Amino acid sequence: MLHGYGLYQEEHEAFRRTVRAVIEKELLPFAREWEAREEFPRELYPRFGELGFLGLKYPEVYGGSAAGELYEAVLLEELGRCGSGGVSAGLAAQFTIATGPIHLFGTDAQKRRFLAPAIRGEKIGALGITEPDAGSDVAGLRTTAVRDGEHYVVNGSKIYITNGVRADFVVLAVKTDPAAGHRGLSMLLLEKGTPGFSVGRKLQKLGWRASDTAELFFEDCRVPAENLLGQEGQGFYQIMGNFQWERLSLALGALGAIEDMLEQSMAYVKQRRAFGQSLSGFQVVRHKLAELFTEFECARQLTYHALRLHVGGQYAVAQTSMAKKVATETCCRVADACLQLHGGAGYMMEYDIQRHWRDARLGPIGGGTSEVMNEIIAKQLGL
Amino acid sequence: MKILVTAKRVEDPESKIKVKPDGSGIVQEGLKYKINPFDEIGVEEGLRLAAKHGGEVVVVSIGGKEVQEQLRHALAMGAHRAVWVNHTGTLDQLALAGLLQKVAEKEKPDMVILGKQSIDDDQNQVGQYLAEFLGWSQATFASKVESLESEQEKNKVPALQVGADGKTVRVVREVDNGLATLECALPAVVTTDLRLNLPRYASLPGIMKAKSKPIEELTPEKLGVDVTPKIQVLKMSSPPPRKAGIKVPDVATLVDKLRNEAKAV
Repeated sequence: MLHGYGLYQEEHEAFRRTVRAVIEKELLPFAREWEAREEFPRELYPRFGELGFLGLKYPEVYGGSAAGELYEAVLLEELGRCGSGGVSAGLAAQFTIATGPIHLFGTDAQKRRFLAPAIRGEKIGALGITEPDAGSDVAGLRTTAVRDGEHYVVNGSKIYITNGVRADFVVLAVKTDPAAGHRGLSMLLLEKGTPGFSVGRKLQKLGWRASDTAELFFEDCRVPAENLLGQEGQGFYQIMGNFQWERLSLALGALGAIEDMLEQSMAYVKQRRAFGQSLSGFQVVRHKLAELFTEFECARQLTYHALRLHVGGQYAVAQTSMAKKVATETCCRVADACLQLHGGAGYMMEYDIQRHWRDARLGPIGGGTSEVMNEIIAKQLGL
Repeated sequence: MKILVTAKRVEDPESKIKVKPDGSGIVQEGLKYKINPFDEIGVEEGLRLAAKHGGEVVVVSIGGKEVQEQLRHALAMGAHRAVWVNHTGTLDQLALAGLLQKVAEKEKPDMVILGKQSIDDDQNQVGQYLAEFLGWSQATFASKVESLESEQEKNKVPALQVGADGKTVRVVREVDNGLATLECALPAVVTTDLRLNLPRYASLPGIMKAKSKPIEELTPEKLGVDVTPKIQVLKMSSPPPRKAGIKVPDVATLVDKLRNEAKAV
């Protein structure tokens, strides 16, 4: 499979070989078991920390390697091939959405308390934005935080929070000024064990089975005022800023998953025989695969374009939103087509393609739906 | 101490190997390559010995410029510098051992660690030739007493034990009827078996550092080695496909078949 496109250098490919070796030895053999258990071992966080995978873009002073986002992009692509969308999501949430805002907007003291142990994998992080009545419509969030002396008193709830059950801290979006719309949003760092903070049920999902997805409740939950991220009222911009990497990460993970599915399907159609020949001998199958590889290439080019702009320091909102939408939707179409190529076997739990098919469906929903992406793109067009 | 290790470029064992229709070699298009897994074990053991006793690990590979990929891999694992013997074209085991002999004479290591064989043509000869050419002691098929799940392995304790005076090495070898222990005078040639250690991953800092580590380029001419092959490969062919097995109803039938059909007992 071709890589690079003038984007990745030799050392990125060397890092890819290391990541692939880790995934093949330490994740793939256990992925099915974790999917069935709907949980993966907590020890994977310190293991990934030890390997340096949780701090690739963070400064060395907090235990990161400051290697840059392209290395993280390689890791995200390869995690798309780890045999479980849930494992990929649970680990990626740690180094993309949960720690990203602390790195971008936190004080040195906050980084030492939250970012450094998260880079080591000792503390698990989650990002808490979505609520029962608001998700992408962040201005409509209802969880409030009212200042009372040296604390904020938080009331409300969150839902669909990746890593929520096991999280040692949650980067929480709250309304500090409920009357002020999106200007009334702030971000708080909330620690597990804070009185008034409780975790509801672990939610059951169509895909991403091995990841932990939770409902969180806050009842007069007192969070120290020093845990405010940045300034009051900056939450909206902080959330929007962090969305870029989250969306690119979803697009990159989709690319890895697509590559994995296409490799599996290529192997299957060469080996499976019908009407006296390999499936790959049928023009309809060859053309289908040719189309799927072409779609894959389109999704990859757009994603790499957005990634190149992003790592070049541009705030490429339109391209990132386009890439997220195209890559995740392509992933769904490829999953469906690859399942079809597998015929009856594709519907069986013993083949991995059904798992990809279920996992892929989250792509056009999580991190902002395709419809929300279209709204963002339209706004960027001045409509 | 100074340790010379090898990093041969071989076909990835996960790749599907096909023989060319004319039998002149294997189809190389679409193949992936990696460091010979036995050599990787050798690099790991060298790194552990250098970490314990201090010193330097020098990695050598022979081939066209593509073998630099395997040298960089060993450098990313932690080897200190690399020697690349630039040569394209066929090399037989005698030529390889001859080139390694000259590199060893130039580098003067305390130990050369090689894979017991490379997984491409599985010859298992180069280490033995090399020891003979150098006139050094040799210990082939180095293995480990402890399991690969042991604490020693987790703590990356080297399996090869260098004597307190630094003049000998104790090597546990895998032999047909178990394990044998040899004590060799240094310098020595050691070849690695599969159960010696679990090689580390190339870490990101290691990958970054490897970029600036030196690779010295040599050639057979510079080393003064005549590499004209003494072995000629006439034809390659795939092994015959394995026949399907049969099920036998009971032990008596099995013994009967083993005795009278397979003539194995």
